[in-house]
Amino acid sequence: MQKKLILDSDLLDLTVSRLCQQLIENHNDFSNTVILGMQPRGIFLAEIIHQKLKKDTGTDIPLGYLDTTFYRDDFRRRETPIRANETRVSFIIEGKKVVLVDDVLFTGRSIRAAMDAMIAFGRPATVELLVLIDRRRNRELPISADYVGKEVNTLASQRVLVELEAQGHKGNKIWLINKD
Amino acid sequence: MSKLSQKHLLGIKDITREDIELIFETADNFKDVINRPIKKVPSLRDVTIANVFFENSTRTRLSFELAQKRLSADVINFSASNSSVKKGETLLDTVNNILAMKVDMIVMRHASVGAPHYLSRHIQANIVNAGDGTHEHPTQALLDAFSIREKLGTVSGKKIAIIGDILHSRVALSNIFALQKLGAKIMVCGPPTLLPKFIGQLGVEVEYDVRKALLWCDVANVLRIQLERQQIKYFPSLREYSLYYGITRKMLDSLKKQIVIMHPGPINRGVELSSDAADSPHSIILDQVENGVAIRMAVLYLLAGSK
Repeated sequence: MQKKLILDSDLLDLTVSRLCQQLIENHNDFSNTVILGMQPRGIFLAEIIHQKLKKDTGTDIPLGYLDTTFYRDDFRRRETPIRANETRVSFIIEGKKVVLVDDVLFTGRSIRAAMDAMIAFGRPATVELLVLIDRRRNRELPISADYVGKEVNTLASQRVLVELEAQGHKGNKIWLINKD
Repeated sequence: MSKLSQKHLLGIKDITREDIELIFETADNFKDVINRPIKKVPSLRDVTIANVFFENSTRTRLSFELAQKRLSADVINFSASNSSVKKGETLLDTVNNILAMKVDMIVMRHASVGAPHYLSRHIQANIVNAGDGTHEHPTQALLDAFSIREKLGTVSGKKIAIIGDILHSRVALSNIFALQKLGAKIMVCGPPTLLPKFIGQLGVEVEYDVRKALLWCDVANVLRIQLERQQIKYFPSLREYSLYYGITRKMLDSLKKQIVIMHPGPINRGVELSSDAADSPHSIILDQVENGVAIRMAVLYLLAGSK
């Protein structure tokens, strides 16, 4: 198994800062914005961005977790059902500018499910997508991200592994792995 | 693991503690879903489920139907009272005819013990037992245990008294299996004629005095007297039963401790449970009904999700 480092701690800090700056540019005072982290792994990045924006702008943007398990299109098409995670949306989505946050954008199917899941809470004014890693040329649906940490050319057979301190890893590292 | 060990839910006896915990975890998420503005998820949109009821039911059937609709499944309902069963069709023929219409899952209630088990040996579809005679009623036991877990934080180590007509109750047997698997201590209480002779062999305590049972327990699961299953008289009169075994608010207040009152419904008010006890803050009877939908969604989702 070959591992290649594509982002380390320092670079990740820079990337997250840039993503936050882009959000500030587009959302001004964040008065009508909410952040939704996608379960299970997008919530850690969402937390990091939420904290950073709080530090930089002083606004506490509502942060929620969105689980897409029950909205996936591969139910009954895999050996075992996926284990569901907690959805925690304690605010109104109706009329809000939603920023969906996930770690890796791959086929786009999770994002499709996420949009379905989100609409169960109301009709947002706009929806934007922020991802840390965009795996280009692997999309199966017409979906693209508005804020991208890093674009990576990958093969469908490769895997992107995100290790964040918040998930209990030593240091922030993002790897590209060749599956044998 | 995110998969049940069984293809069917025939009884609690056949499933493991891990299965029960997986169902509870999934039900937590579904309970969240049914409290949203849009109470529906598309998971089972390509699944057709037949509710085959050979015995009367209001709550269980409505609860199953609602669970299926919240999961976006297609639902057909069948009740034996207005069907060809009356014309002499066998159980297997009836079910095979339903399955020929491309049905994926069967939810069945039957008056005969073991009917869903028999069916599971002959058909491909997933089967959920919604009560077979006096044997098991697994989804009721799951929702009872889930409600206890919700109210008290855990089931493990809690003392649960099952009070009333144990002899004719499928809820009692399924509850004993489920709660024991989760580590609870169980006591059954009722008049000697309504307790099965060898029930002690299941590892439960037996008590004939309802007040002693209430003093012992954290949770009292009160069962209905199933007059429709009693061919002979097991006690002199309902009035006398209620005098000796009926639970009242006054009795609960005199215990000097808070216990939880549960009832699988339908309640015979004034017989096993007085109105002021059933409607008291001790009672979580309506929470049980709400949890029933979430539990049944979880069971259907997990069974349908495995290839």
